[in-house]
Amino acid sequence: MNSYSYTPLIPLLPFAGFVILGIFGRKYFNKTGGLIGTGLLLISAILSLYTAYQYFFVNGKVGDTYQTITAVKFTWLTFSQHVSIDMGIILDPISVMMLVVVTFVSLMVHIFSLGYMHGEERFATYYAFLGLFTFSMLGLVVSSNLFQIYMFWELVGVSSYLLIGYYFDRPSAVAASKKAFIVTRFADLGFLIGILVLAFYGESLDFATIIKNLSTAQSTQFVAITSASFLGISAITWGLTLVFMGGAGKSAMFPLHIWLPDAMEGPTPVSALIHAATMVVAGVYLVARLFPLFAINESALEIVRVVGVTSAVFAAIIACTQTDIKRVLAYSTMSQIGYMMFALGVSSTGGENGLGYTASMFHLFTHAFFKSLLFLGAGAVIHMVHSNDMKDMGGLRKHMPITHISFLVACLAIAGVPFFSGFFSKEEILLAAYHSSKTVYVLALLTSGLTAFYMFRLYFNIFWNKDTEVHGHHGEGTFAMKLPLILLAVLAFGAGYIPFGQFVSTDGKALESEFHFLFSVAPVALGFLGIAIAAWMYAKPNDKPQRVATAMGGLYKAAYSKFYIDEIYLFITKKIIFNLIGRPAAWIDRNIIDGMMNGIAAVTAKTAALIKGLQSGKVQNYALYFFGGIAALLIMFIYFWRP
Amino acid sequence: MNLSILLLLPLAFSLILLFVKGQKQVRAVALTAAVAQLALSIVLLFQFLAERAKCNSAFLFESNYTWFKQLHINYHVGVDGISVAMILLTAFVVLAGVLVSWNQEKLYKEFFFLLVFLSMGAYGFFISLDVFTMFFFLEVAVIPKFLLIGIWGSGKKEYSAMKLALMLMAGSALVFVGLTGLYYNAKGAVSFDLVQLSMHPFSPAVQKMFFPFAFIGFGIFTALFPFHTWVPDGHSSAPTAASMFLAGISMKLGGYGCLRVAAYLMPDAAHYYSTIIIVLASIAILYGAFATMMQTDLKYINAYSSVSHTAFVILGIAMMTKTSINGAVMQMISHGLMTALFFAVIGMIYERTHTRQVAQLGGLLKVMPFISSIFVLVGLCSLGLPGMSGFVAEMTVFMGSWERAGTFYHFATIIAAASIVVTAVYILRAVGSAIMGPMKNNDYLQLTDAAWNEKTAAVLLMVGILLMGLAPFWLNDLINPGTEVIMQKIGMIK
Repeated sequence: MNSYSYTPLIPLLPFAGFVILGIFGRKYFNKTGGLIGTGLLLISAILSLYTAYQYFFVNGKVGDTYQTITAVKFTWLTFSQHVSIDMGIILDPISVMMLVVVTFVSLMVHIFSLGYMHGEERFATYYAFLGLFTFSMLGLVVSSNLFQIYMFWELVGVSSYLLIGYYFDRPSAVAASKKAFIVTRFADLGFLIGILVLAFYGESLDFATIIKNLSTAQSTQFVAITSASFLGISAITWGLTLVFMGGAGKSAMFPLHIWLPDAMEGPTPVSALIHAATMVVAGVYLVARLFPLFAINESALEIVRVVGVTSAVFAAIIACTQTDIKRVLAYSTMSQIGYMMFALGVSSTGGENGLGYTASMFHLFTHAFFKSLLFLGAGAVIHMVHSNDMKDMGGLRKHMPITHISFLVACLAIAGVPFFSGFFSKEEILLAAYHSSKTVYVLALLTSGLTAFYMFRLYFNIFWNKDTEVHGHHGEGTFAMKLPLILLAVLAFGAGYIPFGQFVSTDGKALESEFHFLFSVAPVALGFLGIAIAAWMYAKPNDKPQRVATAMGGLYKAAYSKFYIDEIYLFITKKIIFNLIGRPAAWIDRNIIDGMMNGIAAVTAKTAALIKGLQSGKVQNYALYFFGGIAALLIMFIYFWRP
Repeated sequence: MNLSILLLLPLAFSLILLFVKGQKQVRAVALTAAVAQLALSIVLLFQFLAERAKCNSAFLFESNYTWFKQLHINYHVGVDGISVAMILLTAFVVLAGVLVSWNQEKLYKEFFFLLVFLSMGAYGFFISLDVFTMFFFLEVAVIPKFLLIGIWGSGKKEYSAMKLALMLMAGSALVFVGLTGLYYNAKGAVSFDLVQLSMHPFSPAVQKMFFPFAFIGFGIFTALFPFHTWVPDGHSSAPTAASMFLAGISMKLGGYGCLRVAAYLMPDAAHYYSTIIIVLASIAILYGAFATMMQTDLKYINAYSSVSHTAFVILGIAMMTKTSINGAVMQMISHGLMTALFFAVIGMIYERTHTRQVAQLGGLLKVMPFISSIFVLVGLCSLGLPGMSGFVAEMTVFMGSWERAGTFYHFATIIAAASIVVTAVYILRAVGSAIMGPMKNNDYLQLTDAAWNEKTAAVLLMVGILLMGLAPFWLNDLINPGTEVIMQKIGMIK
């Protein structure tokens, strides 16, 4: 036993909430369900903070290196001698960091929902699903085993499905939930095959063992996986790329991102939790978890880098044109996750070379706070004006001061304005990119300018611009809704002051991050330029946005239509999969294969009908056959008999 | 424990059923029979585990009596972990089947009699160690199904009943040819005894001759592509309990036979034909899933998805690694529980709405939360959600299949794995338009949720699914020694 034997409680408490509220919630706890769920999560969050304190400051270090501690582990299912699924909890810098992020953001969302979801018919069910999600996400981050992470991966997928489809009588919500599940399922197919490849050659599913086996240049497993190849690509590259495909699906990376904007059909606090702060960064976390393998495989790492930077730019461009505030935030999330992804892609391991890795995790950390704050703020706004569209908003700073200030803090943070948290993490990413690849650096810089622009476009459109008549004025929302905004705003400002490199690095040793004043001039200047343009266009009602859109012509239209990716997918699914595969399969089965079976039966029946006349039951006929037979035998006897 | 109790108990109860009058008494007796069977099979499980810890033989609780001396047919019974698992499955499904048929009015006495009688056939099949006895019980399990569909069915029931009976009969006939072939070629050990036959190595030529008969014969029962077409028609016309029994247990008789008789007794031929079987199974998995995607009737959806899911059993057997065979057995258990529950819940919906067309249903979650939640849960199990049985079984098959080194085997595994996406499509389509979405018919607002008997049946099967899904290690431990015995015989050949 070790001092962390209590850690299973951290995921299991929300799970208990799920079971209790899922089975009995409707009947007994429909009013109190929220408090039960929140209470359980509060304990879980406190335990996580305690674990983080213990790990980072008391006993996580041996010498100057953070160790990986296995808190709990038991065999869940044995496949063969070496390969088994072990359920376990491992504590290392990134898993402990994620424990804190997940429980804290989840707690904020639980509290916010007490106000936001108040009076919903399926209030307890909502909290049950939130509990299931939190459980799955916590299980995912502490996984010690490649298959364990895959299981919780699927479970977060299904919780996301249930929560997106929470308003189940809206056809759009049903469609969005299906889409999210199926697109990520497709990506998970890649993940699964990747696991099969890695487990086959690595002869284990345990993270530590598989990494050891496949990254030691002399080991037989390493030799096997690097010498085996398929279509000219080595097995290790296949394995890692396929695993990354799963990560890209969950993290909404181009071109598997199409589910994320639609997922905004779910209740807004859910978007804050799942589709901003936690589940969508699972892909980044997965790559980070297997980073020692990615780091020694340049091909796979290059894919991570290219996909990351493409998504970052692509989503930022689309975000500039959308008018649904949640969709703007969704594309912004995709863009920021692209940042984290390419930060991993430009990194390698050991000391200074691991800066990208540290920066990626740092950005994941700060992003969780400011992005969930943005979503909760958007939730408060939507609660007020009963619309998602920024055309129905404007001048709201007068009606909702706390939301306004906290939203502004978050916008400044994401735009990378100095002294706010996003500034620090983004600088580190840019620095890492600069040292590794100039192309990536330039694209990242461009994205950072675009980010400032579209975020302040959002901000000015909601809180400035024209004045909106607020009907049925019910204030800014309850205390339960304001408290999380305030707490998150504090973190969105202050989280950047944590010396992150001290805690998280590729080799567990402290990484001193230097601050280069000159280096930050360019991104900051671009950021301010973006904000200035946004202010010029959107601070007051005018026709500039219209004129700019017209001037941009086709590009604007293409970006507004999200570059027609959805249409391409629709074509593939409807026209090819349904019409060219599904329909023929069903037809062939009914007509050809079953027809064949019926044909055999028909032939049998016909033959029977033909010969059934032989057994007519008439003695005369039988006598005739009898004499015919005798005659035939007689003839044969005469002809063939030789004495 | 004397295994013959497993036969005598249902037999006794089915005889009692003939002498009771009145719906209440009849169903009370049937329920008692089903509960007693479940209790018995749980006792069997624990006694088996205790006994196995003590002794090390392949089959336990054996007993052997001469039945027909001249033909060397014996009543030889005994169980290993695999058969114990199958017996447990049978007991779960039968009890749930009796519960959902609680309000059976038409010819209720005969109905329950046949249900209880069928269960005897299944138990007999799973405990037999004499292939002829096994064949005998296989037949016992076919005829009553013809009656169940023909008398209590719906739709084009005569056609379906005839089709099902003929195809399964053809399967039995093939099995019979295969068994006779083994009997006459087992020189030195003229016997139908499975244990003795397994010790007698047949020449590869004999194996190649008779393996297809046995494998295809049993394969028809388990919907081996392209002999699966009885499944959609048979299920769609069958009454709920018969569907449950048919998909939950009968299709498993085939899988069990393929493993225990065909592959175990003729390992060389199994290796020889494994490529073609793997091709057929992979086709069935993916093609079945695509065909399911286009179905509009809930029962057809589940029937076609069964074609896809049971092909995992065939795939697992044909891949011939220990893990893949474990996976095949797990898939039998998992699919048995899951599909029985699926048919049960479809029956509940049909009884209330009088339609199974997905397009006419909608928004059921609002009026029948319990039934709808079970539908969603079992759907999630079917698409392989971790925590439920389907995931454990499918993943074990995938892991086991991938253990076979070689591009062909890996490619087949990828094809099979691709079905997880298609499964998600058809399950979520069904859930999305039948359970979620706006209410399409306002008459449905008057409908009631599940009654006690339906709730009990659903919870019972759900518990089975979760027991396997959350804690698969016990099932793995149960079946693993049995698989090892089989692997000792078929694993040597490369």
